[in-house]
Amino acid sequence: MADVFDAFPSTSTTSTTSTTSTALAEPGSPVIELVGARKTYRTGSIEFEALRGIDLRIEQGEYVAIMGPSGSGKSTLMNIIGCLDTLTEGDYRLAGDDIAELDEIDLAQIRNLRIGFVFQQFHLLPALSAWRNVELPLMYRQVPVGERKARAAAALERVGLGDRVANRPGELSGGQQQRVAVARALVGEPDLLLADEPTGNLDSQSTADVLGLLDELHQQGRTIVLITHELEVAQHARRIVWVRDGLIQSDEVIDR
Amino acid sequence: MSWTETLRTGLAAVRSHGLRSALTVLGILIGIAAVILTVGLGLGTQKDVSAQISSLGSNLLIVTPGSSTGTDGVRGGFGSAATLTRADAEALASRTNAPDVSAVAPEKTTSTSLEANDTNWTTSVTGTTADWLDVRSRELENGRFLTAADDTDRADVIVLGSETATELFGTTRVVGQSVTIGDDDYQVVGVLAAEGASGSEDLDDIALVPLSTASEQLVGGNARNSVSTIYVQAASTDQLSAANQETTNLLLNLHGITATDSADFTVSSQDALVSTATAVYRTLTVLLTGIAALSLLVGGIGVMNIMLVSVTERTREIGLRKALGAPPWAIRRQFLVEASVLGLAGGVIGAGLGIVAAHVLPGLLDTSIVVSGAAVAGSVVVAVGIGLVFGVYPATRAARLTPIDALRSE
Repeated sequence: MADVFDAFPSTSTTSTTSTTSTALAEPGSPVIELVGARKTYRTGSIEFEALRGIDLRIEQGEYVAIMGPSGSGKSTLMNIIGCLDTLTEGDYRLAGDDIAELDEIDLAQIRNLRIGFVFQQFHLLPALSAWRNVELPLMYRQVPVGERKARAAAALERVGLGDRVANRPGELSGGQQQRVAVARALVGEPDLLLADEPTGNLDSQSTADVLGLLDELHQQGRTIVLITHELEVAQHARRIVWVRDGLIQSDEVIDR
Repeated sequence: MSWTETLRTGLAAVRSHGLRSALTVLGILIGIAAVILTVGLGLGTQKDVSAQISSLGSNLLIVTPGSSTGTDGVRGGFGSAATLTRADAEALASRTNAPDVSAVAPEKTTSTSLEANDTNWTTSVTGTTADWLDVRSRELENGRFLTAADDTDRADVIVLGSETATELFGTTRVVGQSVTIGDDDYQVVGVLAAEGASGSEDLDDIALVPLSTASEQLVGGNARNSVSTIYVQAASTDQLSAANQETTNLLLNLHGITATDSADFTVSSQDALVSTATAVYRTLTVLLTGIAALSLLVGGIGVMNIMLVSVTERTREIGLRKALGAPPWAIRRQFLVEASVLGLAGGVIGAGLGIVAAHVLPGLLDTSIVVSGAAVAGSVVVAVGIGLVFGVYPATRAARLTPIDALRSE
């Protein structure tokens, strides 16, 4: 019964896990590959081109910030990269898989297995304890509860909240809540960590805290894409991509 | 997400809005309790009526004046015509005329006032014969019953029901006492044993006198020789239909009627009476249950309403779950389970309330309520079904939300 109702058959989990380990084993292979990406929104008879032909390649282990003013197409790009939306035209390969043609259910599976999200609003469920929040991605796979709890606890330990496992979001500070969200993003061992304005709702101390955590994760070989409009935040990344009017305006590597 | 996970999430969601969930559940539980009670009341009344009819005696045919209009043996109504006579009863009692009839008891009943030691009590006084006691399956508490000799002599003797005796004398040990009806004094010769179990007080509040005495002194005039009912007892259950046939033929013959359709009397069996009464109460039960079911529908709409509110309130949660990889059907299932939990809670609590009320109410209202297991189980299933059906639309709406829009909502 569990097989029938589980979100993803165990076979696909296995194959993807092997892909993941391959990707992690070979730094330099592309995690994100966008070619001629276009996205057009239609509202009635009005068309709006949010993305007007974007080519972007992000390698395994990179730490990239995507910047741009509001209305630049930055959020649309983040939705496309996060598999929350699909392209009108062009190709998108995520960790080698062509996802341009996938339907809603397959996209849900890709998000679950490949991407860890960190949102500006944290998006933690207030009724659930920290570890219950962190285990959510694993719940939509066929992971037994014992393993889920262990992995959630390990992820919370990893973000420095090993002693807050049973606390609810309301009992945590903003910075702590965002670290719980980072733990939730990490727990499924995704190919990509996608952070959308992760410090937008945090004070400077918590901002430094969370950015420090991302730096550490980068040093451990995680691929991180950070969407922000703040230069100080973007400067934690090793590469900054500027988006303007649906096109990439500049793409520079920061030397340290 | 496994079923247990989904159930846990659903329960948590229901619990997190305690008052709102409780009010929604209230809508369902009132409907369920109402259905269980109306069905129970219908069944209880049917049982009461059946018991009352069976308590008349066993293997009985009841002959009443007036014609039947039904084609299915259903009694068309008590006729006021005085078409049955004492002679009819005597003819039926003859073994040669009706070999399958074992005993016959004519009844001539009138309501009148009895007086004893300055105490007045109005009850129904029945003139009958010695066989009445056997035919109606009654027993004596003390004294003797009416005899054939009493009837021949037109004796002024009376047998009282236990309640009548108690009302008049304060006791049932009244053999030898005197009761006055009109200008005549009657000697009490016996008291009937209480028929308690049937639950009908009429059976214990009666007085019996010889049929001849009743014709002479209680009901005079044109109705002198008529009787109101003739109870005919078949020798056995197997001979009941034969006895019915013999009774009908004999009476048609005696009354000089050739066509069965124009008979001036009606022969009913207890079974026919029971099925007539049952049919009436079944119709009533179906009607009442329909009204109760309407309240369930209203409860279901309440579930839908609250689930729509829940979906709107939790748009961001839905968006997050979808972003984290929940496929549409997992979201749909989550809300369906939540709606079913509301339905199940309403069903179980409503069934409990119905069962409690079914035990408490009969004491207060003097009616029987029979709780049927099928009605209880059915109600709970229906309640869960209502949750499911009325949860489909909100759940589908939740499942259709796009994660981007859902995440961005405030």
